[in-house]
Parts: sequence; C-alpha cells; structure tokens
Amino acid sequence: MKDENHFQDEVEAHRTYLLRYANLQLRNATVAEDAVQDTLVAALTGQQRFAGRSAVRTWLVGILKHKIVDAIRKQSREVAFANAPGDGDGGESDTLFKVDGHWQDVPADWGNPEQSFGRKEFYAVLEECLAKLPKRTRQVFMMREHLGTPTDEICKVLEITPTHCWVLLYRARMALRACLQQKWFDGAR
Amino acid sequence: MMSLRSCREVSALVSQGLDRELGFGERLALGLHLQICKGCRGFSRQMAFLRSALERLPEDDPQARAGAQST
Repeated sequence: MKDENHFQDEVEAHRTYLLRYANLQLRNATVAEDAVQDTLVAALTGQQRFAGRSAVRTWLVGILKHKIVDAIRKQSREVAFANAPGDGDGGESDTLFKVDGHWQDVPADWGNPEQSFGRKEFYAVLEECLAKLPKRTRQVFMMREHLGTPTDEICKVLEITPTHCWVLLYRARMALRACLQQKWFDGAR
Repeated sequence: MMSLRSCREVSALVSQGLDRELGFGERLALGLHLQICKGCRGFSRQMAFLRSALERLPEDDPQARAGAQST
C-alpha cells in the first residue's frame, strides 16, 4: 500500500513540530509526547478523517488541540492547584498604576511590531517571557491565545469562574507586554 | 453623566474585550477613553500584537516543513 506509507511518512514528518506545539501548552515532556502520540494514532487509524481541504499540518494541529485540552483537563483533576504559587491574588497591578488610576509607565509605541515576526530571536524572547508566567496564569493564557479556546470552555475544563479567568488573562497580558518591552522592544532591535 | 474610567479600568476592559463581548456602555466608555488617551491606545495595539504573535508559535521550523514537502 504505497499511498498509505506515503501518508504515514507525511504525518510523521510533522512530529517535531507537534511536539514543540504540545510542549508550549503542557510543559511536561511525557504528557506532551503522549498527546502527540495519540494525535498521530488518531490520524493514521483514520479516527479523524483527513478531508484534504487543509494542509496536513493544520489538520494534525486541529486534532492535537483536542488532545491537549483532554490532557489539561486530566491534569487539572489530578492536581488541585487553584492557588499555585504566584497565581494568588497578589496586587501586582498596583505597581503598574498610580493611585489615581493612571499608568505608572505609559505603554510605549511599539511602532510596527509585526516586523518582529520575521526574526527568529523574537520567538525565543516570547517563549522566555511565557515561561516566566505563574503556572496557572500561563495555562489559562495559552489555552485562550494559543489554542483559541473560548473562555467558557476554559472555565469548565479548569473549574474556575469567568471572572477569575479574565483576571488571569489580564495578568498574563500585563506581564507579557512588560516582559516584551524590556527584553525586546527596549533593545531597539 | 457617565463616569470616566481610569486607565487601570480601561486596560482591564481592553483585555476582556478579547475574551467576551463587551456591553454597550463598556464599549462606549472604552471608545471615549481611547480617543483621549494615547497610553491606552498604545496598550490596546500591544494587546492585538500579542494575540497575533501567539498565533505564530511555535515558530515554523523551515527544515521540518521542507522535509514534509519533499516526501
């Protein structure tokens, strides 16, 4: 079955990319490996049909996203980390604003930041900034922005309230913009 | 009279606007504030940039893609 082998090779060729994708979310090599393995099995056994409408990689990432959410749901049940260190209700935003509610440091104009997309170093800095976020904050943010999961589904999977979810997302964004400012845009690259 | 929102409140609204549909009053307050506040406009653009940056992760590995295409 030449065609089948060909398809298998093509799917396998995306393994490294899928692993990096899963690792961004799960930050656990074993769990990420399992999610990717499940994805490839589902793809190759035809549990998920490839309709040929999209690129193979896009299709695989689509399957992987579901496997990742399953893994997060499972982790969330196993570990009650509602208040993991750093995810508490620390008033960090108090340092970002003055008493009257104005910016302590007014957000800078990043000019045409999309130019950074062409720079390999930018992605390294972005991943570095993401790695610094507290665990739960990072998880909620990555589900929202990277997997594109709707907020209500994140709430269900992680068993948190929408308000809590918005607070964590807000914190993640504030921390990331500060980190990118310092580590990327201030460097006048 | 509608109360003016502080930058602190507006930054939270900008963020929530990425996650839920804002109410009419919220959108109005947000729009008014952004018109007069350069800092919050910058913040709003930064948030949009952050979203598009995350969509690009992980950075495409040119080798893997070339490998996939050559098969």
